[in-house]
Amino acid sequence: MTYRFRDLLALEPLSADELTFLLDQSKLFQEIQRHPLKKLATLRGKTVTLAFFENSTRTRISFSTAASRLGADTMNLQAEASSLKKGESLLDTVYTLNAMKPDCLVMRHAASGAADFVARNLDIPVINAGDGTHEHPSQGLLDALTIRDRRGSIENLKITILGDIQHSRVARSNIHLLGKFGGQFTLCGPAMWVPRELENIGPPGCVIRRVSRIEEGLEDADVILVLRVQTERMYEPTLSAEEYILLYQLNAERLRLANPNALILHPGPMNRGVEISPEVADGPQSCVLEQVTNGIAVRMALLFLLMSGATEGGEGALADEASGAPNASPEKKESTHAAD
Amino acid sequence: MRIVEKSQLMSASEIDRTIQRLAHEIVEKSGGTKHLALIGVRRRGVPLAQRIAKAMRGIDGVEVPVGTLDITLYRDDLSKVASHAVLQSSDISFGVDNMDLVLVDDVLYTGRTIRAAMNGLFDLGRPKRVSLCVLIDRGHREMPIEAQYVGRGVQTSDTEIVEVRLREIDSEERVVLVDRVEP
Repeated sequence: MTYRFRDLLALEPLSADELTFLLDQSKLFQEIQRHPLKKLATLRGKTVTLAFFENSTRTRISFSTAASRLGADTMNLQAEASSLKKGESLLDTVYTLNAMKPDCLVMRHAASGAADFVARNLDIPVINAGDGTHEHPSQGLLDALTIRDRRGSIENLKITILGDIQHSRVARSNIHLLGKFGGQFTLCGPAMWVPRELENIGPPGCVIRRVSRIEEGLEDADVILVLRVQTERMYEPTLSAEEYILLYQLNAERLRLANPNALILHPGPMNRGVEISPEVADGPQSCVLEQVTNGIAVRMALLFLLMSGATEGGEGALADEASGAPNASPEKKESTHAAD
Repeated sequence: MRIVEKSQLMSASEIDRTIQRLAHEIVEKSGGTKHLALIGVRRRGVPLAQRIAKAMRGIDGVEVPVGTLDITLYRDDLSKVASHAVLQSSDISFGVDNMDLVLVDDVLYTGRTIRAAMNGLFDLGRPKRVSLCVLIDRGHREMPIEAQYVGRGVQTSDTEIVEVRLREIDSEERVVLVDRVEP
């Protein structure tokens, strides 16, 4: 199994086999984080453009670190400093960036579908680092890798997602990924953040239920995904912080309602004391820092996968060495000839 | 283009005898096995390294650690190969600092794989010495690299391919010389 696409725009179109392949490749890059020398020369001479049209600190640093550990250079476009403020269209901006000849574009944008639109207009791989309320595929992958590392499997989990699910691309990427492995979801939050249409966004056969009481939402959960209360996506104060804490904060007492080994994930940045209490954030069930470490491995795997190999041409994976594989085709032999 | 088998270079029993001999040579020339370790280069270097280590156990019960190295990240032709390279696992559970390492691979050809393997090893530390053991040396080097331990040297042409088939990976156990011919 390998990967069919030039880009990574969403997890929704990927099969369970492809997702497993991406997680397995990411796993191998975890090992490199433990090497005394973390910097490889694999993508030396290649450039990754990081175009974050929406503010981001951790995702941008994570992609930038991943690129640098693979030996690639990065070019940065920051939202505030960009000419978007001066009225340039998205397409003109990415054409300009592309004219600097990067080998990959990692982008975040406030509009759902922006990465897909850009990918259709460029001839280099595009990685979606978050588009509006649509998807954040690398976050979905790092969450799944973190769960798989702790539990050994991501099959048939009961996942509770807490908070503003309506506006969460992280929730959607998680549902599209874990749903393909038999995951059952409980979406829990204030009613205006958990609309009915969310029940149908999962892959076929995926059970998604909505509950509004957190006590009911946490019952039996194997994984609790706590979402940040996103003030920048709320256009009017719908619920005060005090009320949210009272009704929906994940604290130690409420955590006891979940499965005793339930894992707690948070995509960050955390509003400590709002959606999650400090003792839970720092407790043994919290995976928050593993998520950050795994983010680098996932992003290294994605950059390596999409940036290695010829831009056009061959199907499938690296052919076996010229000395090996009886079944390899002569064309493949030709192409790998130089490598022994 | 068709692939035709031209000749058999080694039978299963010849592979076995060669591995026994290589194990003896490595132990003899290393002058002590205290810091010795074998590193199998993926894919077919891995079972070969394990077999050599097993053969060494038969020589005065010498116990030598075996590691596995995937060179994908260190290849010099990643931008030329078919799209989407796939990483395999490396597994070297011992420290390589000050070790006497023997890289094990099936076929030595251009030398580029071994160049990549050495880069991979040096990311893990600073070995005292690195030597190379191959089942087949088929010539046509493009790098200043030679093997210290060679199962068999074979004269080949550029269009020919040496295929080492091992029972751990392939359905059979032998070494064959195949050629690419125009239909």
